[in-house]
Amino acid sequence: MTLTKRVIPCIDVDLDEDGNPAVYTGVHFEDLEYTGDPVEMAKAYNESGADEFVFLDITASAEGRETMLDVVRDVADEVFIPLTVGGGIRTTEDIKETLRAGADKVSITTGALERPELITEGARAFGSQCIVISVDARRRFDGEGEHYVEVDGESCWFECTKKGGREGTGIDVLEWAREAEDRGAGELFVNSIDKDGTKDGYDIPLTKAVCETVDTPVIASSGCGGPEDLYEVFTEAGADAGLAASIFHFDEHSIRECKEYLDERGVPVRL
Amino acid sequence: MSTVTSDRQQSLADVVVVDYGLGNLRSVTRGLERAGAGVEITDDPEAFADADGVVLPGVGAFREGIENADPLREDLLEVADAGTPLFGICLGMQMLLTTSEEGANEGESAVQGLDLIPGTNVRFAEGQKVPHMGWNELSVERDHPLVEGVDGRYAYFVHSYYAVPDDEDATVATTDYEREFPAIVANEAGNVFGTQFHPEKSGETGLEILRNFVEICRDE
Repeated sequence: MTLTKRVIPCIDVDLDEDGNPAVYTGVHFEDLEYTGDPVEMAKAYNESGADEFVFLDITASAEGRETMLDVVRDVADEVFIPLTVGGGIRTTEDIKETLRAGADKVSITTGALERPELITEGARAFGSQCIVISVDARRRFDGEGEHYVEVDGESCWFECTKKGGREGTGIDVLEWAREAEDRGAGELFVNSIDKDGTKDGYDIPLTKAVCETVDTPVIASSGCGGPEDLYEVFTEAGADAGLAASIFHFDEHSIRECKEYLDERGVPVRL
Repeated sequence: MSTVTSDRQQSLADVVVVDYGLGNLRSVTRGLERAGAGVEITDDPEAFADADGVVLPGVGAFREGIENADPLREDLLEVADAGTPLFGICLGMQMLLTTSEEGANEGESAVQGLDLIPGTNVRFAEGQKVPHMGWNELSVERDHPLVEGVDGRYAYFVHSYYAVPDDEDATVATTDYEREFPAIVANEAGNVFGTQFHPEKSGETGLEILRNFVEICRDE
């Protein structure tokens, strides 16, 4: 009897041309493809054995944000598993609004990098358990990092990026992970710019390095192409949860199929 | 004073969800509705007395929870005293106990819980991953109508502190996270109980527990 490893589908929600919320799936944080209606997808995942559901608002606009809170309400009404909502959260008021709309946790990326106190304030007001800090990590093979790991025979550090990888920060992911934990983050989402949309596996060196740096649960993201990638990130990197988007959205693999694969190999999952 | 009422036409029992200004009331409300309850979200203590059952939800920190709920303290104690089912969820369950290490670790005075189930909430040990976040297995320790049909099934937990009731018999179900701790507690009379996990987030198992709760309320 133990805590199970979690398998988590994630949807990126934007507004379509008519201003209606729609799910898009991208490669390398770009080239977005229309995938479906957020509420319908949430309902389907609620039935499918998903352990949690992640909803990312990628509109990054004030008008978009209002619409998204409505969608969060509709999604929360259909989902009886934990719901994490991210995108554009910059203040404790944003956190409160999002939780009130029905989210169980908020995922914060840029808002926390720009003002780390937001983590402290959010954790104090709402509890660490609902503050998820998300990092968009990028591999860098130069001398500017603080912590180096070996990747493909080369020395590499991981940089926190903003705006889906388009903007660097110079901040070392492992330093940031430790600070986020110290400030009260309850969970870390580890995205990889290098792996996003590739379906050739999670960034194992990155995920492993973060897991070894913090005690906070780590959710690996980016690169999942199938059950074997989940197996690898759980057993080799030590992740607590694996997130995936396109493989589930496009029915390449079902969540149940992934969990049965893991169960057969001795990874504890909720079946 | 604010009150939101759902359609009570078809409900099996009328349940009040206590709104003390914190957390996600929407999910628990929807879960209860799905389980057959008519739900009123309110901070009006008069509604407590008329209800078939009262739910004390909770997300967040113990001190803030208790401070926010403090104006309703006497009313909640009356609910318990009257024998009405009082169901604490997560932080709401911890608030049923006497106190918590969580409020005490900031150099401020200890925060008094409702003391309906005597005991303390303590933090997981150093070196353990906290919060305990995720799906874990329920092991039913003793009979209680809340736990019918859920032994060995998985529930969703998110917490850094856990209940240590003074009376071992207060533990209805346990779960194991490097140590065994109470997942469900209840008072001796049986009408005050709580789950450390979130039934409204525990998929079908959670809905089963909410249906059990609605049954308990209906029998009132």
